[in-house]
Amino acid sequence: MTGDPALDPIHDAELAANLFIQGPLAFGGMVLRGNSPAREALVAAISDQLICRRLPPHIDDERLLGGIDIAASLAAGKPVEASGLLAEAQGGALIVPLAERMGEALAGRLNQALDDKRVALILLDDGGELDETPPLALMERLAFHCDLTHSRERQATLETPQLATPAALDNEALSAIAATGAALGVNSVRALIHTSQTAAAHATLYGRGVAGQGDLEAAARLVLAPRATQLPPPPEEPKASDPPPPEPGDDQQENNQQSTDQKLEDKVVEAATAAIPADLLAQLAKGLAPRQAGASGSGQKRKSGLRGKPLGARPGMPRGGARLAMIDTLRAAVPWQGIRRREVGADKDAPILMRKDDLRVRRFEEKAARVTIFAVDASGSAAAARLAEAKGAVELMLAQAYVTRSEVALIAFRGETAELLLPPTRSLTRARRALAELPGGGGTPLAMGLNAASELARSVRSRGRTPSLIVLTDGRANVDGQGEPGRKQAGEDAEAAAKAIAREGIDALVVDISARASREGGELADAMHARYLALPRADAKTLHAAISTRELA
Amino acid sequence: MAKFPFSAIVGQDEMKQALLIAAVDPAIGGVMVFGDRGTGKSTAARALASLLPPITAHENCLYGSSKEDAAAYPEVCGGGPLRKRPVPFVDLPLGATEDRVIGSLDLERALRSGEKGFEPGLLAKSHRGFLYIDEINLLEDHLVDLLLDVAASGENVVEREGLSVRHPARFVLIGSGNPEEGELRPQLLDRFGLSVEVRTPEEVETRVEIMRLVAANERDPAAFADEWAEEDTRILKQIARGKTRLAKLEPSEDLLTDAAHLCLAVGADGLRGELTLMRAARALAARNGARKVKREHLIAVAPSALRHRLRRDVLDETGSTARITRALEELFQ
Repeated sequence: MTGDPALDPIHDAELAANLFIQGPLAFGGMVLRGNSPAREALVAAISDQLICRRLPPHIDDERLLGGIDIAASLAAGKPVEASGLLAEAQGGALIVPLAERMGEALAGRLNQALDDKRVALILLDDGGELDETPPLALMERLAFHCDLTHSRERQATLETPQLATPAALDNEALSAIAATGAALGVNSVRALIHTSQTAAAHATLYGRGVAGQGDLEAAARLVLAPRATQLPPPPEEPKASDPPPPEPGDDQQENNQQSTDQKLEDKVVEAATAAIPADLLAQLAKGLAPRQAGASGSGQKRKSGLRGKPLGARPGMPRGGARLAMIDTLRAAVPWQGIRRREVGADKDAPILMRKDDLRVRRFEEKAARVTIFAVDASGSAAAARLAEAKGAVELMLAQAYVTRSEVALIAFRGETAELLLPPTRSLTRARRALAELPGGGGTPLAMGLNAASELARSVRSRGRTPSLIVLTDGRANVDGQGEPGRKQAGEDAEAAAKAIAREGIDALVVDISARASREGGELADAMHARYLALPRADAKTLHAAISTRELA
Repeated sequence: MAKFPFSAIVGQDEMKQALLIAAVDPAIGGVMVFGDRGTGKSTAARALASLLPPITAHENCLYGSSKEDAAAYPEVCGGGPLRKRPVPFVDLPLGATEDRVIGSLDLERALRSGEKGFEPGLLAKSHRGFLYIDEINLLEDHLVDLLLDVAASGENVVEREGLSVRHPARFVLIGSGNPEEGELRPQLLDRFGLSVEVRTPEEVETRVEIMRLVAANERDPAAFADEWAEEDTRILKQIARGKTRLAKLEPSEDLLTDAAHLCLAVGADGLRGELTLMRAARALAARNGARKVKREHLIAVAPSALRHRLRRDVLDETGSTARITRALEELFQ
């Protein structure tokens, strides 16, 4: 597929950039995933055409929105306004590095700026695996999502459109876009609007007054393909009303057979389907809805300065939500008044003389939210009934989630893989869906399950939350860390993975779900420095009770 | 999504109905909108705010006080001649701090002149208008509590940092969120007057129509606004008529019985369901220019008024809307 220039990611990203600079505010912006030289080149090319400002990830409200510059105001004795980054980039674009780590406060501000059409955004997403993406509400508002992870360097050049007035779309074109969106399961109307704008801009770029098939295909490829949540049903199937997604191979054949008398919308659907990114395609073929509504990116809690148990004051500027500790500030300033007055020659009645160093802000201790990670053995040796119990326990935990403000994640391991079925979430709706289709059977790749769990635990921790791990298994590993069968190697790999968890100091609990308490389960718990709980006849409620009492302890 | 005429919004009838009810009777207590991203939630709320006629307020007042407000809260009103200003629409960002929302000590004034002053927050700004919160389910619980409390009492009382201020804050709270990303606590949900579910339109024609209208609006916003002005004016008149008629409408005994039966049948917790149901039915009747509140009005608002108050069984898959529809059919067929 990569032989076709139209499907080359860097080519598409360049095309997207070309369209984007035609109307930055209408398109909202771009998400450029993957750190590569090609991305740098592209960003540089866009910066030549557009006012661009880089947005540091730790920016505070004053710098972003503008406001009173406290230090300057104190020095001048009158309010000094500082202009914000949003105002400086007005009508242009903000380049946001490390967008996958963005906190919800910043994302909220940027959402508003996008809705008010003040700036466009270029999100540089360096996220790795495990659903690490920029805040989804933000991504939704940006037309183009490009993956440049594996792109080599290439000089990016941007062209000027050949037409002065924007091209138009006829009704047939709009219908084709709507049908393509429906076929790919794109629910957002905003995405459709972006697609129609993209088609128009594409036509404008190449000097066509009315958007044609090529323009629509390009737009569907650029905007709709990365947002696909399902594979299109096979075209022109006369009977079946709602057939399951076909194998990609079948689809291809069908299309070839009837390519002569295809309707416009079918061609557009085909173009978009061909451009669905490979990893997304793999997920869709398995029938999994991709990272659709993760809580990822939105969490990042601040650890102090806002709320919680008061801890006393420390020197600092009241910004980023930190509150000024008035009394402490005055206390810091008072001893110096004599000296300062002499210095500036002020008389006795002058108001108190403040310096920047006097400012004190309050600190608070905030309890980090807890994320409970379930790693569930879904292999053949762990009976199918156990799986149902684990599911029940996860649902019961979730039912309490809004009370305890804790989140739940679920990893299942079986056969040759460990899969993250449920990224950290508080949503019942979502959990239920992910759990409903949890399959069972196959070998026990315990090492893989543990590795996936500890990786997730680390990413949870890096977002400032406290992970706790619950492993439900019988401990009888028979698939090793590389997915190869073999009891001996599997056992060693699992032990190594368990020790890694112990080194990280992750709070863990091993629930032995084998019919009779086994030696392996106990050993695993020891290696992990975890508590051990044998539950040969656990039902969902007992399991939940065991976990809850543990959390209270 | 800068300005889009309210009447040009395609579909989403339930959301539009709920917003208009809130415009007729702001005491209904806020509207919660559940739905996927990109279905026009914030567009509709903004459109309604810019549709409403300007309010008259004292020019120098930071709180947008009317003449009556100024009399009731003389200590906070900045005074000045009465001038018209647009209905405020405040978009509360997700990361907003408590200070920004309720207001705080005016730091700059305190440091420069040692005076203790109050710097109004977003609640003050949204007085007599709309306070819109996108992704309210991700907002800190204590902030949501506070917002609902102020929304219900119509007054913001600040007692902190040595300040003691109270100012009027009557606004229509509009929250939106996607239940897939975390739920709102039932206690909070219950305090919203109405809740609506917004779905993405399924029909191709509707989707085409939306794209067509958005493109037209972008090409020439002024002409587009003109095209829809007449329809917008009609809606505006309905709201005005609704407001004047509201006081005259009293629901009959029969209707109250109907409401009670319905709430019992669906198992809505608490009395707030019944009260909101009657209020909403009355507002709808008033807006439609009906002489009295009828059963059809009750049926039309029942899903919005009750959906979020049903006792929920964690493992029950049946949606709340389906349960209400079933009860309506059984009772009133």
